[in-house]
Amino acid sequence: MIHLNNIQKSYTSGQNKLHVLKGISLDIGKGEFVSIMGSSGSGKSTLLNILGILDNYDDGEYLLNNTLVKGLSERKSAHFRNELIGFVFQQFNLISYKNALENVALPLFYQGVNRRKRNIIAMEYLERVGLKPWAEHMPNEMSGGQKQRVAIARSLIAQPKIILADEPTGALDSVTSIEIMDIFKTVNDQGITVLLVTHEHDIADLTKKKIILKDGLIDEIVVNTPKINFN
Amino acid sequence: MFSFEIFQEILNSIRQNKLRSFLTCFSVAWGIFMLIVLLGSGNGLQNGMTSSFKDALTNSIWMSSEITSLDYNGIKKGRRIDLKNEDQAAIKQMSNQIDLSSTRYTIPVSTTIAYKEKYGSYEVRTVMPVYREIELIKMMEGRFLNDRDQSEFRKSSVISTEIRDYYFPKENSIGKYLKINNIAFQIVGVFEDKDNWDNNRCIYIPISTAQQIFSAGHNISLLAVTLKDITVDQSKDIATKAKELLAKRHNFDPKDPRAVNINNNFENMDRSLSIIRAINIFVWFIGIGTIIAGIVGISNIMLISVKERTQEIGVRKALGAKPWSIITMVLQESIFLTTMAGYIGLVLGVGLLEIVSKNIPENKAFINPSADIGVAIWATVVLIVAGAIAGFFPARQAAMIKPIEALRYE
Repeated sequence: MIHLNNIQKSYTSGQNKLHVLKGISLDIGKGEFVSIMGSSGSGKSTLLNILGILDNYDDGEYLLNNTLVKGLSERKSAHFRNELIGFVFQQFNLISYKNALENVALPLFYQGVNRRKRNIIAMEYLERVGLKPWAEHMPNEMSGGQKQRVAIARSLIAQPKIILADEPTGALDSVTSIEIMDIFKTVNDQGITVLLVTHEHDIADLTKKKIILKDGLIDEIVVNTPKINFN
Repeated sequence: MFSFEIFQEILNSIRQNKLRSFLTCFSVAWGIFMLIVLLGSGNGLQNGMTSSFKDALTNSIWMSSEITSLDYNGIKKGRRIDLKNEDQAAIKQMSNQIDLSSTRYTIPVSTTIAYKEKYGSYEVRTVMPVYREIELIKMMEGRFLNDRDQSEFRKSSVISTEIRDYYFPKENSIGKYLKINNIAFQIVGVFEDKDNWDNNRCIYIPISTAQQIFSAGHNISLLAVTLKDITVDQSKDIATKAKELLAKRHNFDPKDPRAVNINNNFENMDRSLSIIRAINIFVWFIGIGTIIAGIVGISNIMLISVKERTQEIGVRKALGAKPWSIITMVLQESIFLTTMAGYIGLVLGVGLLEIVSKNIPENKAFINPSADIGVAIWATVVLIVAGAIAGFFPARQAAMIKPIEALRYE
């Protein structure tokens, strides 16, 4: 699903050149549930940006769903993001003047699906995250956990191959965090690859695989042992 | 392309900055309002000017007897030049572009008009039958003077509707005899010429009869000719030549600004029209200037709004919005705001003009000030273009926002 080969990325600010990714090679298969960990400055956000085609890279190869992602036009990358990737953000990033239903339906708007049809589909996805009764509510009327569930519904509606989540639980309390992780697990169980960036160990432990970055390189990859269900 | 989504965006952006949106829209509305009111007033002036030329054909040249103001050939200035019947034929021979021509004689004494016990003082114009076509006189009853009136020195008269209403409020006027300075003239027709106040307060009689009665010999006071298919420059040329010819015939200096007064309606009309044209250009200039101020305002508010929505636009891009859909989003918002504000101005402007044109007292200089449909169409085009221009920079700004902004948190 994702194939990275020696990805390099550096930022220049004035005279200084900051080498952020120093050669990342990585394979993530279909249906994996992976977390990327690392201290701040380790390059995990940059890696997520490149994986999400939100930013380009300087050197190396990135194959997404067997397509080389390199030097794409804005138009093309927008198309890929829309079709292949679902995003979940730390601050939810819902559009404040649209209600939950309209927020969920937004990716379909950019696919040119008509309003009636996308609202029907959006309602299905809201139901999946258990927020059907909240469809008409505005984001400021919802709790953090509810907002993130709306955001997850939005990331799923275009039936992407991968969900990329940037610190999805960073703004939530621990109980809500577990709920959100449960949703991700359900999504993953349906065969969708889920990749999340976090710095919380107990969140990372809930995924199947941890990729630990350090100074722009992969430090180690830890495969989590499946949790034993005592119940 | 215009969808519910876009409408929602626009409403939201207006709602978020009510005062700012209001002030900006106000400036555009004011610009269009001013443009419409100014253009309407320009139209009013133009209508006034055109109508003041309606009382006579605009392709006419009028020559009238006056007093010399220059010494010439040993003759002192201050001499009265009397044009003659014969001058008409001479002028006519001068150019084949001369179409109609009529002489007119002004009775040198005041005229008292009487019918039974009713008396009044009205201007009596003594003309040739063809004068009707030059002055564009509309007949209401009977006929105008004809060639037999002229050649047989008949005492026929044609009166205006106003005179008819004064002397004959209850009876038919045709065939009755009016006494002009105690000489009976039979009424053969009634006309109306309302374009000019004087024109509807006079009586026409044959010039031949008048010259006989008032012992004027062959003297005339006025010679009017009309010209066909010519330009303003050609008409000026004919006017100059006519003056030279008359100078030769009556022995006065052709450079004498008086002696014979030549009034070229071509030139008058042309001069007035060029004034109106200049006024119109000026009006558009001011109007466009005001609208530009409005555009800058809209552009400014949109730039701020794009800036404030940087993250939102980043999120949209991350969700798959292509640059073009972001551009159209901003452009449509800008065009919508401009057009809506502009239309408010347009409606108010047209409304004001309607009220004014219904309520102004009748006057000659300012008639029916209104913005016609052409102006409205132009204003719409201007507005849409203005909105597009106003949205251009903000839209470009928005398109340049990187989707990575979605992940940047304050």
